Amino acid sequence: MNTQQVLKYRSQAVAKPYFIAAMLLFAGQIVFGISLGLQYVIGDFLFPYIPFNVARMVHTNLLIVWLLFGFMGAAYYIVPEESETELWSPKLAKALFWIFLAAGVLTIVGYLTLPYAKLAELTGNDLLQTMGREFLEQPLPTKIGIVVVALGFLLNVSMTVLKGRKTSVSVVLLMGLWGLAIFFLFSFVNPHNLVRDKMYWWFVVHLWVEGVWELILGALLAYVLVKTTGVDREVIDKWLYVIIAFALMTGILGTGHHFYFIGLPGYWQWIGSIFSAMEPIPFFMMTVFAFNMVQRRRREHPNQAAVLWALGTAVMGFLGAGLWGFIHTLSPVNYYTHGSQVTAAHGHLAFYGAYVLVVITLISYAMPTLRGRIANSQRAQAVEMWSFWIMSIGMGVMVLALTGAGILQVWLQRLPTEGAMSFMSTQDQLRFFYWVRIAGGVTFLLGQFTYFASFFVGGEPVKTDTVTSAKLAQA
Amino acid sequence: MSQVRGGFTKQMARNMFYGGTVFFALLFAALVFHTERRIPQRSNASAITPQVIAGKKIWETRNCIGCHTLLGEGAYFAPELGNVYQRRGGEFIKAWIQAQPTHIPGRRQMPQFDLTEQQLDDLVQFLKWTGEINTEKWPPNIEG
Repeated sequence: MNTQQVLKYRSQAVAKPYFIAAMLLFAGQIVFGISLGLQYVIGDFLFPYIPFNVARMVHTNLLIVWLLFGFMGAAYYIVPEESETELWSPKLAKALFWIFLAAGVLTIVGYLTLPYAKLAELTGNDLLQTMGREFLEQPLPTKIGIVVVALGFLLNVSMTVLKGRKTSVSVVLLMGLWGLAIFFLFSFVNPHNLVRDKMYWWFVVHLWVEGVWELILGALLAYVLVKTTGVDREVIDKWLYVIIAFALMTGILGTGHHFYFIGLPGYWQWIGSIFSAMEPIPFFMMTVFAFNMVQRRRREHPNQAAVLWALGTAVMGFLGAGLWGFIHTLSPVNYYTHGSQVTAAHGHLAFYGAYVLVVITLISYAMPTLRGRIANSQRAQAVEMWSFWIMSIGMGVMVLALTGAGILQVWLQRLPTEGAMSFMSTQDQLRFFYWVRIAGGVTFLLGQFTYFASFFVGGEPVKTDTVTSAKLAQA
Repeated sequence: MSQVRGGFTKQMARNMFYGGTVFFALLFAALVFHTERRIPQRSNASAITPQVIAGKKIWETRNCIGCHTLLGEGAYFAPELGNVYQRRGGEFIKAWIQAQPTHIPGRRQMPQFDLTEQQLDDLVQFLKWTGEINTEKWPPNIEG
């Protein structure tokens, strides 16, 4: 297969290993997810070899790292094509790939083989204490490695954009990626005062997933929609700027919805409630935008699976981030649901809907071209489309189960002013929901198998691009 | 290409993005500065002794947040510990940690951390201090 006939720029090929690594780490993430689900109902499952907290940090860290591999692969794929020039340094991209992969694997191995306190001692946590916070469990060398890899990556893609054509997609993508790197620096900030520690922690987490990551999401989605629908780029560009404007105008002060009950002043309950209530708006816009573009399409792109993933991203992102976020964002509600299974429900659907799906969307569009074809065979695409539905239904079942668990938890443990049920007794009452969640999780796993299988399904791939409109040459 | 007359242009959308982002970023920064000045009083910062600091380090290096929540943030496998000092008292907390794991079949298990008496005292002081933070009356009741 001669990929050079399909890829517009040879250096786009550096994206392929990033996508493969992303999928392998995604597989690992779900294996640990299933084991966590089982530990909820079989409390001593895998104990003491893999206690719950160890499995959890493996699960969450794998998620973040595979999404980062996905974003970087996406950028390496998109930027040369958008900039109409080869990547500044393919060698650097390849080197950084192996460095990031090695750091990631070593970190996960460290979590699984060493007591966490020992890992901290061996990796210089006494020099600068950055470990032991949720999602930021990485040892100091890993955190430094992430910064180094991020800077090398940003240098590479920024130099490429600088020497070539600047498009809205590449500029918005770059802003999002630079923002990602800059806000990660707050992971090195860990004050002795727990209240300050928590406030700055959210500068990483919220300003990532409800901030700069939305720029990345918008740019990736816009790119795939431009390519698969052939709609005029000017239209898509305008939508993209409106969407990200609303994302940051609501999301920056929306950070306050994490500041209600952690020791910060009470005015955050007003600011956070008002602004975070509006955070669904950009997700709603993305949904309208995506369906609108597909409806106004000027061609039937051979890769219809990619179109399904794109629409799925918009809808599931709106449901998970937008709707499920909204239901517990107002402070009078959050007072009762804070730190409950409702939080877990929202978190899973939001991450899946917005970020997992957008990375898969991009991979669905790009991977065939990296394999020397325009699109996979009809049979392979059908399997891929099945995987979207199976994963989404599996996730839907998980999230509905956790929402039910959360509501009952609030009823038993939080609402009563006296005689409330204890945490552990309440958990016993939620067992039914946790078993349903496992069923959803296994369905998700089957959907994931289906997705991986689609890469190996035979049939005649689409090798030539039949252009139906002259305008497409300019897209 | 598509803008032949007035109306909402791409340039206007871009300006809304840049202007809106800068405005809200500055406003957020101002609010954070103001909040920083309120934190010492709300968090009894003067009560952060070296023991409380040592206790926070134990909390972090044993990854307690991997199973528990602290002021509602963390994992949802084990109880909220922001108010555990008020709920159970220091002696119970120490005895509980020393007695783990329970080995009760099927029950969620907590590891044994082999903490020294000093480390246990430090952790208790951290949890006691945490329980005295002004969290706007959260959690709703003693169960956390």
